[in-house]
Amino acid sequence: MLQVLYIFIPMLAAILVPFLYKSIKNIHTGWFVLAVPATLVIIYASYIAKVAKGEVFQAELPWIPSLDISVVSYLDGLSLLFSLLITGIGSLVVLYSIFYLDKHKEKLHNFYVYLLLFMSAMLGVVQSDHLITLYFFWELTSISSFLLIGYWYTRDASRFGALKSMMITVGGGLMMLGGFILLSIMGGTYSIRELIVIAPDLVGHPLFTWSLVLLLLGAFTKSAQFPFYIWLPDAMEAPTPVSAYLHSATMVKAGLYLVARFTPIFAVSELWVWLVTGVGLLTLFWGSFFALKQTDLKGILAFSTVSQLGLIMSLLGGGAVAFHVNGAADLVFKFAAFAAIFHLINHATFKGSLFMIAGIIDHETGTRDIRKLGGLMSIMPLSFTVAAIGSFSMAGLPPFNGFLSKEMFLSAMLALNEFELFGFDTWGALFPIVAWIASIFTFIYSFYFVFRTFAGQYKPEQFPRKPHEAPIGMLISPMILAAFVVIIFFIPNLIGDTFVKPAVQAIQPFLYDSPSAIDIHVSAWHGLQPELFMTIGIVIIGVLLFVALPKWQGLYNLFPRSLTFNNAYDKIMQGLDVGLYRISRLYMTGSMRHYLLYMFSGIVAIVLGTLFVKDAFSISFEGAAPIRSYQIILIIVLVIGTATTILAKSRLTAIIGLGSVGYTVALFFVIFNAPDLALTQLVIETISVALFLLAFYHLPKLGKREERMRFQLNRAIISIAVGVMVTLIALSAHSQKLIPSISKYYKETVYSLAGGGNIVNVILVDYRGFDTLFEITVLSIAGMAILAMIKLRMNRKEKAHENK
Amino acid sequence: MKTNDVILQFTAKIVFFIIFFFSIHIFMAGHYTPGGGFVGGLLTSSAIVLLVLAFDLKTVRTVLPFNYTYLTATGLLLALSTAAFPMFLGEPFFTHFFDYFDLPLLGKQSLHTAMLFDGGVYLVVVGVTMTIIQTIGEDE
Repeated sequence: MLQVLYIFIPMLAAILVPFLYKSIKNIHTGWFVLAVPATLVIIYASYIAKVAKGEVFQAELPWIPSLDISVVSYLDGLSLLFSLLITGIGSLVVLYSIFYLDKHKEKLHNFYVYLLLFMSAMLGVVQSDHLITLYFFWELTSISSFLLIGYWYTRDASRFGALKSMMITVGGGLMMLGGFILLSIMGGTYSIRELIVIAPDLVGHPLFTWSLVLLLLGAFTKSAQFPFYIWLPDAMEAPTPVSAYLHSATMVKAGLYLVARFTPIFAVSELWVWLVTGVGLLTLFWGSFFALKQTDLKGILAFSTVSQLGLIMSLLGGGAVAFHVNGAADLVFKFAAFAAIFHLINHATFKGSLFMIAGIIDHETGTRDIRKLGGLMSIMPLSFTVAAIGSFSMAGLPPFNGFLSKEMFLSAMLALNEFELFGFDTWGALFPIVAWIASIFTFIYSFYFVFRTFAGQYKPEQFPRKPHEAPIGMLISPMILAAFVVIIFFIPNLIGDTFVKPAVQAIQPFLYDSPSAIDIHVSAWHGLQPELFMTIGIVIIGVLLFVALPKWQGLYNLFPRSLTFNNAYDKIMQGLDVGLYRISRLYMTGSMRHYLLYMFSGIVAIVLGTLFVKDAFSISFEGAAPIRSYQIILIIVLVIGTATTILAKSRLTAIIGLGSVGYTVALFFVIFNAPDLALTQLVIETISVALFLLAFYHLPKLGKREERMRFQLNRAIISIAVGVMVTLIALSAHSQKLIPSISKYYKETVYSLAGGGNIVNVILVDYRGFDTLFEITVLSIAGMAILAMIKLRMNRKEKAHENK
Repeated sequence: MKTNDVILQFTAKIVFFIIFFFSIHIFMAGHYTPGGGFVGGLLTSSAIVLLVLAFDLKTVRTVLPFNYTYLTATGLLLALSTAAFPMFLGEPFFTHFFDYFDLPLLGKQSLHTAMLFDGGVYLVVVGVTMTIIQTIGEDE
């Protein structure tokens, strides 16, 4: 219970943020917010020792018990690692944002509310054991990401990027929901743990492949895999703390988490191994290759993130291979899953620091364009040091943590060469080769990032403002991360035993009994192995190509834009926009007559259809009250009133005619002992007549704009059909009772259960209170809509576009 | 266009209060005899509409300086919180409570949480009706 509550702490804290922002102006709101992730880090850190021994913690909070939906917090090695990343990096990012976002100019309350919302959502994703709540949190991360990317919503690019990320990730999320539902149909449960237990029985199920593909679509869109990666570069419009947090360290790793979490269920499938490994490697190559085309610092980092996510994804695919080999725990195949988790940690440290440095450069020089930057080394020595540490780690150089995980990655890819199933014996050789080439490009863009910015010619006239070193508060967060980059290199096995192995055990539960059973020892030097030669090759070729970069970078411009995925996305969106607009224009004509025609034909079709299909029509005048003469008179008045309304030449006459119809109906209610209805009808009639009179001046004169009323057959048919329908319904309703009337129940319980005497009112406020609640909500919305349409409509002179 | 309609204005001032108090009565009595929040709200609005017809929107606005959008929001909030309140006591959403009390002067009366909900309905109805009438009436 308490453990579930931890997930919601950021969300609850978010409620306070706007009040703190409004009331305490001279302290940056971020300082208050910082307390939230910092507290959570301490809470989750207290689990580390026990989880490292292989214990799991579980707590449940029922949410919709009738549908068997509950919020389950399940903490094992994998969930705990992610939770610590989310809260740990979260703390550093909030600290960084305090100096990045100005407390006077920025809308901090929005920013921190979104950020805290995201934190809760992300914790929910990695801790949920229930598929439906997992999906709920998953989409919540997409929504908070949308809000954060669009934080500077007056910019066109921000809104475009926000929408693009939402379209792609929410679309993928829906696919994933489909996969989840199929899984629950197959397994009969929503619990991931229970599904893992019965996983061997699911394989042969006809829905198995479908759910696998749908689930992977969710993971690939979220983790920006090929070809869905296109949203990530555009998401760089977000403030840099957001890019560092959501779009490199946490949210984009949700897809990796999903793949890791479901590996025990799907790994037995050949398709899974091929898709995850193949798409991962392709993304690794693609991202690293195109990173060099970018000129925006954050653009380089975005493509680099895409590529690194691909790397981890391919390792997870390689980890699935271990399910197909007997005794994999003792063979070379064991490295992949370990390397995946290890690199995930390392990536969070070095990429987080690099993003923050990119933000610092933007903040202190006013530009992120790498063509304008250069020679900042002597002006920003601290930033340079951090950037160099991060980049060298990313390039895979010792003594930084990236070197260790890069070596393990190469080992894992070489191991695939020895795998003999699924056609890997013929194609397996491709994996280490692609991995090696991609690593060369990774090396080049790492150098490109750091040396083009900090080395070379200093061009002061290019900078919008005079560059200077960032304030120390802004540097603390990247420095802490950079320190981790170095420290992890020297204590990899401590990290391995405490964080990586418990997580690996969650991915490969069938292989190991406990985290300590995983026999992997990370060392920086393991002899003259092929991995080492590959690394040496990467460095040599990388340096050569980097030096020659200006000569061949122009090649990127040869790629025609019309063939890119971005172009495809734009075309699809544009096509949908235009096409759907055309389709809706076909029936949304703006004429009230047409809309009434649609509605009435719909009602008639449904009601008469039901009457006919169910054979429900019958006539019986049994028990009917005798018709009195004054009732006949009222009927005549009613008919005359209706005819007047329709045929009147002036609108005023029509209004009066309509009013008389209403009052006559009210009289009928009086006659048939329905005082409540009569009262309401009378007042409604009065008010609507008054409203008509008020609006009277604005309405066009009858007959002026309207040509002669032509006889239209379809309208006549619909009118008659509506009349027939109402008559038939009235007759049938009186003649028979297919279902016993509920009024008896009301009569019996109105006093004892509801404490009232007037059934009509008790129905409104008690028996069917939900209806009333929704009705007044709709009423309010309608009121607000009318207010908005009339009062807030734009002047013709104002542009419809709200851009500055 | 505006004529000095003395008789209508004089009567309207008196009739307004009659209708208004009647609407309050109808609202209060709703649980046992015909009436309720919806009709009560409509009646109150019609009383205000009568004033609008007799005088004009500007005058009525200075006499009754309510922001009707806020009134709507308040009503909605009241209704929703009445419905949600039992959840904090561990009861299902929308559970109503009632009991009978001997009040001084009024004798034995029932107090019912449904009345709070109905009060929300009342406020929403007055708020929305008047919002619509005011916006359409004021639009040039």
